[in-house]
This record gives sequence, structure tokens and C-alpha cells, in this order.
Amino acid sequence: MTFNSSDIILEARGVSKYFGTITALENTNLNLRPGEVLGVVGDNGAGKSTLMKVLSGLFKQSAGSIFFEGKKVEFSSPRDSQNLGIEMVYQDLALAENLPIGDNIFLGREPTRNFGPFKFLDHKKRKQLTEEHLSRLKINVKSADQRVEELSGGQRQAVAIARATAFDAKIVIMDEPTAALAVKEVGKVLDLIKGLKDLGVGVIVISHRMDDIFTVSDRVMALFQGTNFAESQLRQTSRDEVIGWIMGKKI
Amino acid sequence: MENKEDTLFIRLIPYIDRYGILLLIAIMLLILHLLQPDVFFSWRNITNIFKQISWQSMLALGVFMVIVTAGIDLSVGSILMLSLMALAIASRAGLPWQIVIFVAPAVGMVCGMINGLGITILRMPHPFIMTLGTLYIFRGVGNLISGGVPIGGFADQLRSIGSGKIRLEWLYGEGATQYIPSSLIIIIIIFFIFWIFLNQTKIGKWIYAIGGNPEAARAAGINVNRILILVYTLCGFLSGIGALILAGRTGSAYPNAGLQSELDAIAAVIIGGASFFGGRGTVLGVFAGVFIMGLLRNGLNLMNVSVFWQQVLIGSIIILAVYIDVLRRQFGTRK
Repeated sequence: MTFNSSDIILEARGVSKYFGTITALENTNLNLRPGEVLGVVGDNGAGKSTLMKVLSGLFKQSAGSIFFEGKKVEFSSPRDSQNLGIEMVYQDLALAENLPIGDNIFLGREPTRNFGPFKFLDHKKRKQLTEEHLSRLKINVKSADQRVEELSGGQRQAVAIARATAFDAKIVIMDEPTAALAVKEVGKVLDLIKGLKDLGVGVIVISHRMDDIFTVSDRVMALFQGTNFAESQLRQTSRDEVIGWIMGKKI
Repeated sequence: MENKEDTLFIRLIPYIDRYGILLLIAIMLLILHLLQPDVFFSWRNITNIFKQISWQSMLALGVFMVIVTAGIDLSVGSILMLSLMALAIASRAGLPWQIVIFVAPAVGMVCGMINGLGITILRMPHPFIMTLGTLYIFRGVGNLISGGVPIGGFADQLRSIGSGKIRLEWLYGEGATQYIPSSLIIIIIIFFIFWIFLNQTKIGKWIYAIGGNPEAARAAGINVNRILILVYTLCGFLSGIGALILAGRTGSAYPNAGLQSELDAIAAVIIGGASFFGGRGTVLGVFAGVFIMGLLRNGLNLMNVSVFWQQVLIGSIIILAVYIDVLRRQFGTRK
């Protein structure tokens, strides 16, 4: 079977996740096509973040399977999913604030040069790649050497997105990408998401802001108490209906 | 923030942060020279300082790496003592010096690995607990294997690591007494290797990342536990090298070797500008921190100042160094 660009690129089938006696996810399903933006909504504790962390390899599911380009995959670390082109922007951003922007973007995948049998960091190349990538995304910072702790909330979010897109991602998962941002910074992030979609990247966006969901999504799905509750193409639903789903009500 | 209203002091903080330690050393050197013009800058005295700090600098370097990961290792003094005892026993058993030389670093590595495994696999709530436990255990084991008595009689080749002299007759003429201690050469080489490791390799970068935000490191696909085990193992290794140098200096292994030297190591790291909260600090800063403690002790000894004043001064410098870090965090970051 060959992979077709109209096929589903990522699928979660019957995924459950238990933390001790707590059930975070029960038999949930999700699918995503290339170039599609899927909005995921749900109340606090509905299991959105947990499902995304399973898809990014940070958590191992207790039951169920994940399929990538039609093939079943097992992730034992985020490195495994990254190698397939699945990147995640975490809600708490997951940046090392003590390190410069460039170090964060390339953390775990640093450019190196060989020196005999040894590999040393290629500081020059990292700086150059960082500057190129930031300007491609139209992200303005004083310098690629600035430490993340010196940046504003919006700039940090931009660095986290830059990090997720620096390696030709096929899928980018974003957990509440606009939650911590000032109003004028939100539009910038939504533009970044649209830019990814145009590149054929599949994007999953978790957000509790209906404006975000209705601005960028092609399709929206709701989780409720750890299970699939409802799903629809965006144009076939309304804000009121989606808000109802979040509260566990179907009209 | 309103930059215009920043005081001169606040604007100076980044410079104090970066160059303050060099300034402190320069001031100390000047004061000591003025107070002891004949003795202080003599070749003999300066080499003496470096000989005194040589083994301690190894512990400080190890503890520094651990502190960068936002951890702590209280057991380095005990690792040093156990490594030293193991070396002495191997030497007494008649093993050739070419083998004995590896005993101390190897024992140190095993001890460090035990710390690392305990912290990660036993999921100790904090490295403080694990290494506090091994602080007692390693020294206890050291006394058990030695019977609690000093052991001496090392081969000359073994001693030359800690007490060897590279004479400078080619520079100062026949019969000159000036020399460079071999231990100084060894610690400079080791500091240089670890500078490369921490600043020029991926794993070095990851060590800083773990100290900054372990969750970010994990999300980046870094195996945090494996790196932590490596860091504690290297810390143990350096403590073993410290034991090797100390063996050369003292010519014997003794039960009180390295007693409380873990606190000196932590003090040197903090004075050297590393953040106790992890993710911040430089190898050069550690060297400077060790050197400042050595200068302080040396200068006060030269002036016959009581050892109690040394304690008061070292304590004050630690607090001052951390206060500068507090100010830097307050004004240097956005929240």
C-alpha cells in the first residue's frame, strides 16, 4: 500500500491512558490529513493534552494504537515521533529559559561538525540556520543569541513554534498556542498556523478560544471526560453548538 | 521596564556578573601583595597555592556539573576518601603502579554511578537525599576496608602525579629552584577537557538544558536519566582523580581525607558564579572560585590570621556571590 496525500496521515485508534486509578482517556479516536487544521476542544480534564502527549511520544498509551501514513507506530520517546516529522508545541512551551533562542530551536538535534572521531557543536551553523528560520517565519527578535528568559510571552510562543517547524515537520500539534498571549500577538500565531497549512502540514490545535478555532480550523472535534463526544466539518457547525459540546450537551 | 530610572548599580549588574570574579581576584592579589610584599608573589608561595587547591579543584569541577543539572552531590569528599583507601590497599597488595593508578578513578566512577542510579532509578525525591546517604556509606566502607587506620608507602611514580615537579632550569639556569607542580598541569588539562565537553558537545548542551528545564529536555527527546547518571559518574571520576593527586601530596591514605571537602567544593562553585538552581555557570568560573578560596586561605595564613576568620570570610563571600545572582535574576529576566 502506498501513501497517498489525500489519505489520513495520522490516526489514533481506541487510545486509552490511565494514570494509576485515574482514567485520562478511554477508547478515543482521532485522524488528520495533510494540510488539514483540526481544532480540538473540551473542558479542563477532558483529556486533550493527554491525547496530544500520546501522539507526540511523551506519554505511552495504556491501550490502543497509533498509525502514521497507514503504518502502526510505537513511540518510546518524543525523539521517535520527531523522526517521523511529528512536532509538538507544549502549553507550557517546554523551553529551557536559560539557553539562547537558537539552542532551544535545535535542542536535541544540534548541528555538529566532525573533528576526527569526535563531533563538536557547530555554533556558526546553528546561528545561521536559526536566523534563516526566524526570518522565514517573520519572527522578530533582537538576536538569535538572546536567552529565552529575556523574551516576551509572544516571542517565547514564536520560538516554540519555530522549534516545531525547523525540521520539515509533517504534523504540528499545538496545545493552547494563544492562551498566554496579548491580543495583538494572537493574530501572528494564527497566521503562522495558516502558513503551515499552506505548506501541506497537518496541524492539530487545542484551544479554548472559539475565535481561534473558527479562524483556522477545517474540522473540529470535542472530547468530553476522556472520550470522543462530537466531531464536524467547521462549516457544518456553529459556535453555540461547539460550546455546547464542551459542556457535554448535544442539541 | 523604565530603563531611564535604572540606577548605575543596576546597569552595572551584567558587568559584575561577567567580570566581577576577575575583579575580585585582582583586588585580592593586590591586597595580598601590599600586605606581604616579600612573600606573597614569590614562586614558592604561588606554586604552593596551586598545589593546595589541586585536589579540591577536581571535587569542585565534579560538583559544578552536578549543580548545573540543578542537582547536588554531598558525597564527593567520601568518594575521594574511599578511592584513596582503595588505591592504598591496591598499592599495599603489591600491584604495579601502572594498575594502581587506575584504581582511584575507577572506584570513584563506580561510586558516582551508584549516586546516579539511585537518583534516577530509585526516584529519590532529591539528589540531596541520595548523596547524603552515600556520604555516610562511602566513608564507612572506606574505613571498613582499611580498618580505620592510615595506609602509606606508595610507589614514586604514583606520588609524582600529585607531587611531581617540572623544573624550570632551562628558563632560570642551572640549579634553579623554580618549578611548576605536575598537579597544576594535570588540573589545567582536565579543566580544559571538561570545558570542551560542556561547551562544545551536544551532551554538554543537554546538561545545561536539563538544569534550565528538565521537561523541555525530555520533550526534545533527550534521555534525561541517562545524562544524569553520566554526570554523577563523571563527578565520581573527578573525585577519584582528586584522590590520586592527594595520594601524591600526602603519601598516605588517611581516614579523615576529604572530610567536609564537599562543602568547600559547593562553596567554590557558588563563588565561581554558578547558579544553585541549575543551568548557569562556567568552567572558568569554577576554577576562579577554587582559586579565590585558595588565595583567601593562603593570604590569611601568611598573615597569621586565625582559621576562624577564614570561615567567617568564606561564608560572607558565598552569601555575597549568591546575592549578586539574586539581583541578576531580578533585573535580568522578564517575568
